[in-house]
Amino acid sequence: MATVPVDLTVDARGLNCPMPIVRTAQAVKGLAAGQTVEVIATDPGSVKDFAAWSKTTGNEIVEQTADGGEFHFVLRKK
Amino acid sequence: MDEPLNLVLFSGTDDKLQAAAVLAAGAAALGKPVNIFLQYWALDAFTRAKIDDDHGLAPEAGVEGRAAVDDLAKAGQVSWAETLRQAKELGSVDIQACSLSMDLLHLEPEDLDPLVDGTEGVTAFYLNAGEGQVVFI
Repeated sequence: MATVPVDLTVDARGLNCPMPIVRTAQAVKGLAAGQTVEVIATDPGSVKDFAAWSKTTGNEIVEQTADGGEFHFVLRKK
Repeated sequence: MDEPLNLVLFSGTDDKLQAAAVLAAGAAALGKPVNIFLQYWALDAFTRAKIDDDHGLAPEAGVEGRAAVDDLAKAGQVSWAETLRQAKELGSVDIQACSLSMDLLHLEPEDLDPLVDGTEGVTAFYLNAGEGQVVFI
């Protein structure tokens, strides 16, 4: 699990593309700048998708791990 | 990312509508505006009477494709209509009915699901499309 403090967790396990990103983007809308969201996903496309989403939106990936088909991200709102 | 993504939806089968909804939601998550123009059988699928129906799949799906799509649905895949609802909550997603197709299908504005924002002609569609890509599905 996350090694940095998180303000919110999005459990996107079992959700297909693009729902992990959609749920995360919805969650981030409700956060203040600098707050963090933890996302757990099983969609194999999510690694590249979160990288692209981070690059485009400026919300930083501060932690990223993969474990047994689960992908785990911590993102900080810009 | 300021130029919109412009999707022209022609086909009314669930697989093509799902593919379109995924493109729209992805763009909305990136903050890219999305314009969706509904023509022919896609517009028919967006009517109140039919939006929750089974709209079948494209011919190339075959029996195996049908089974694969059913498996994803059983595993909890969100429907194309719900994907579009969430995309609209998330970003700027404008869905317009093609006025020619409204005439073709004898539809009135009240026949359309609330996902549809209005009716316009092709000229208005191109004006709103700006310099963005136009994708026909």
